Amino acid sequence: MTYNTSSHLATDGAPKRLVPISAVAAQMAAEGLSGIVTDVLNFALTLEYLESDFYTRGVGTSGLIPADMQPVFDQIRKHEAAHVALLRNVLGSKAVAMPTFDFTAGGMFGDVFSNMQTFAALAQAFEDTGVRAYKGQAANLMGNKAVLQTALQVHSVEARHACQVRRMREQKGWITDSERGNLPPATQGIYDGENNRFQFILARPGSSSTWTEAFDETLTKGQVLTIVAPFIKGGL
Amino acid sequence: MHDESTPSSDLLGGAWGGSSRRDFLRLAALGAAAVAIPSAVSGCVLTAAGRPKLDFHDDFGVLNYAYALESIEAKFYERVVANPPSDLHAGELKILGDIKSHEVQHRRFFKRSLQILRAEIPEIVFPGVDFSTRMGVLTQAKAFEDLGVAGYNGAGKRLKLAEFLTIAGKIVSVEARHAAALRDMLNPGSRDFAGDDVVDENGLDRAMEPGAVLDMAQRYFKTPFRIAGL
Repeated sequence: MTYNTSSHLATDGAPKRLVPISAVAAQMAAEGLSGIVTDVLNFALTLEYLESDFYTRGVGTSGLIPADMQPVFDQIRKHEAAHVALLRNVLGSKAVAMPTFDFTAGGMFGDVFSNMQTFAALAQAFEDTGVRAYKGQAANLMGNKAVLQTALQVHSVEARHACQVRRMREQKGWITDSERGNLPPATQGIYDGENNRFQFILARPGSSSTWTEAFDETLTKGQVLTIVAPFIKGGL
Repeated sequence: MHDESTPSSDLLGGAWGGSSRRDFLRLAALGAAAVAIPSAVSGCVLTAAGRPKLDFHDDFGVLNYAYALESIEAKFYERVVANPPSDLHAGELKILGDIKSHEVQHRRFFKRSLQILRAEIPEIVFPGVDFSTRMGVLTQAKAFEDLGVAGYNGAGKRLKLAEFLTIAGKIVSVEARHAAALRDMLNPGSRDFAGDDVVDENGLDRAMEPGAVLDMAQRYFKTPFRIAGL
């Protein structure tokens, strides 16, 4: 696969925001990357590799994605490939290599690239996980403002993706309590803890579910790696 | 300064679970933040001149800025849902109702968490906003959500307390979900949910500095905020 996204043309005619990758990467690296920032970025890169490879394969599989869903999934693919390119550029020689992925998770999702229902279900699982993963790392990036801001800018794009895929799957765009909805039980870890009713110093134990919908929750690096490990050949 | 009518004993925290149907604050958790309170108080309450102020010199100024933006959104959706346009498509009022609930919760979060540290929010107005048509409402809602996302993304680096950054992160992704849903309602099945007008070639959403956001948002306050510390 290629990490150069510039050859992909936008088809919707919307004005494009042109920011050279080298400029963003240089800004992020300017303050120097501490050990913890490097670790977080490589963790993010691993997740972006997973998403990018997943959508590249899905979009590239003829007969999988119906024509009316192609624009959405190609847009997501484009963003994930751009995230990989950006993170590799920032990390330079410190970037981890792309693992080999098994999107069937050892056969659990054997029809992932032949059944649109399965493909879309995993897309939702990966996007909702990505949102929580970035959110969980934000505090670790406070020492480097350029990196923190860039991570936040990726984070909200993942949330846009998550909402879109959820709605295409007849789910609400937001997460109610810790409901996984119509996803299989194996994905419950992605939603555990989303029913948290204690935000900063304000506890609302008897509040309605809209209180939980209004706040997305974090996942730790360990929780995220447990979720994605079955999709990485040879584990982590 | 007015509050949602809550018994003052509730605010002092008491114990977990003692009043399971009510909200309460755990002030102990404020810990590190407390040292900043004296300066923050002077920074964000109603000023002598009677004109509300957002002072970005500390975290509370940033949180008050978020509170102000959430207040606009909550008021907007409250008005939409109370008197929805007649040409909404099936199911759209339910979505707008969900979004309203979230924005009201965000406003409530800031109002209750900031307590005496919070800014007075001026009367909110919507000059030139078309509440009578589906297109008018969805277009304005999209603009508010995209602006909110860009605003949180640009303000995160100003926060010094990790807990504040995390809570901002918990809110901004919900705003981004709103933005995507509204954009897809306007142009279903297209790339617009995360369109090239808001996501750049590096796959990055917009980030806007508070000054730029307020340039666009001040018009929704009948009495514009005084801005300091930027």
